[in-house]
Amino acid sequence: MTVLTFTLVVWAISTLAGFLGALTGLGGGVVVVPVLALGLGVDIKYAIGASLVSVIATSSGAAAAYVREGFSNIRIGLFLEIATTIGAVVGAFLAAHTSTHIIAIIFGLVLLQSAYQSLANSTPETGPPIESDALGKRLRLGGNFPVDGKRQEYGVRNVPTGLGLMFGAGALSGLLGIGSGAVKVIAMDRAMKIPFKVSTTTSNFMIGVTAAASAGVYLSRGYIDPRVAMPVMLGVLGGALIGTQVLVHARVRTLRIVFGAVILALAIEMIVNGFTGRI
Amino acid sequence: MDDKRLEIIIGQLLRAGVLLAAAVVLAGAGLYLVQHHAEKVSFHTFVNERADLRTLPGIVRSAAHLQSEGLIQFGLVLLIATPVARVVLAVVGFYLERDRLYALVSLIVLAVLAFSLMHAS
Repeated sequence: MTVLTFTLVVWAISTLAGFLGALTGLGGGVVVVPVLALGLGVDIKYAIGASLVSVIATSSGAAAAYVREGFSNIRIGLFLEIATTIGAVVGAFLAAHTSTHIIAIIFGLVLLQSAYQSLANSTPETGPPIESDALGKRLRLGGNFPVDGKRQEYGVRNVPTGLGLMFGAGALSGLLGIGSGAVKVIAMDRAMKIPFKVSTTTSNFMIGVTAAASAGVYLSRGYIDPRVAMPVMLGVLGGALIGTQVLVHARVRTLRIVFGAVILALAIEMIVNGFTGRI
Repeated sequence: MDDKRLEIIIGQLLRAGVLLAAAVVLAGAGLYLVQHHAEKVSFHTFVNERADLRTLPGIVRSAAHLQSEGLIQFGLVLLIATPVARVVLAVVGFYLERDRLYALVSLIVLAVLAFSLMHAS
């Protein structure tokens, strides 16, 4: 393949991935890696390096929009980033010592979870906000968010469990070059009882910082190759920007089902290829 | 200064950083495609050969010589710097708010980021 063909093909795929990732809230990286690895035969280390860069681009690029809505909680984000960044460094080191077969299989399992999330489309009911427990209070993690023009107070519980899950989210992010937003949302929403909308926007805030913690290790090991990362970063960023623009008007339900089916197929491909040793 | 204003300023700075990074990557991409468009490429096997593009000083040197791949990589480093800048601004913001607990929390996160980036220096 010539440089021009490769760049254009990867750019087009990444634009589509960024677009769909923004519409469905799953992020672009989760599709870019398997498509590069399976479709174009790119070594998975280059693929996760390029994906990690695109994850930072979408997180930082969307930050201004999320902050304006008034849902994200900077204290929760920063406090939990202690765990995600340490996890990310550990994950990035693990990536160097893990065979590509194993990485492919773990990636496939994460894709299965994403496919399930996309197909089930279960936006959890936000229960009544609750009081912070003792540790949540001492750390002043609680906050408020807008509901029908008023500010609704909420508390934060189970901080140690949240930290543990966040370490795991960081490690997955560093190992696979993805944002692992889904695990972050589960940690905040399910474990720490933080309202869903606060969890998703704070997760976006955290994704970029988590990815930056792996980036140094990735860079020094040569995972970030400018020839692969360039079209991926420009594509995913452009696609995500368009995606957030049309998000309001789109019929997301049909799209989630199509996207979920694509991810499911990619998940099975990745796992099979990992086991047969073709990745 | 309250949390919300601090966050809005940080958010706008981040977006500016991303756009700047994308512009540098785009410039490098143009140069790269003009110079190399007809060459054959394959990324089937991982080869860790370009030592100059794996360290921050090497990347800056390569970009300063307007080498296309160095320029792209420099743009990517700018991008990686945006979340780091976000944490630095949080340290300063919380310090100015006299919130010592969260100034410390931000400093710990910054230390982890610095540890990772030291590998590439």
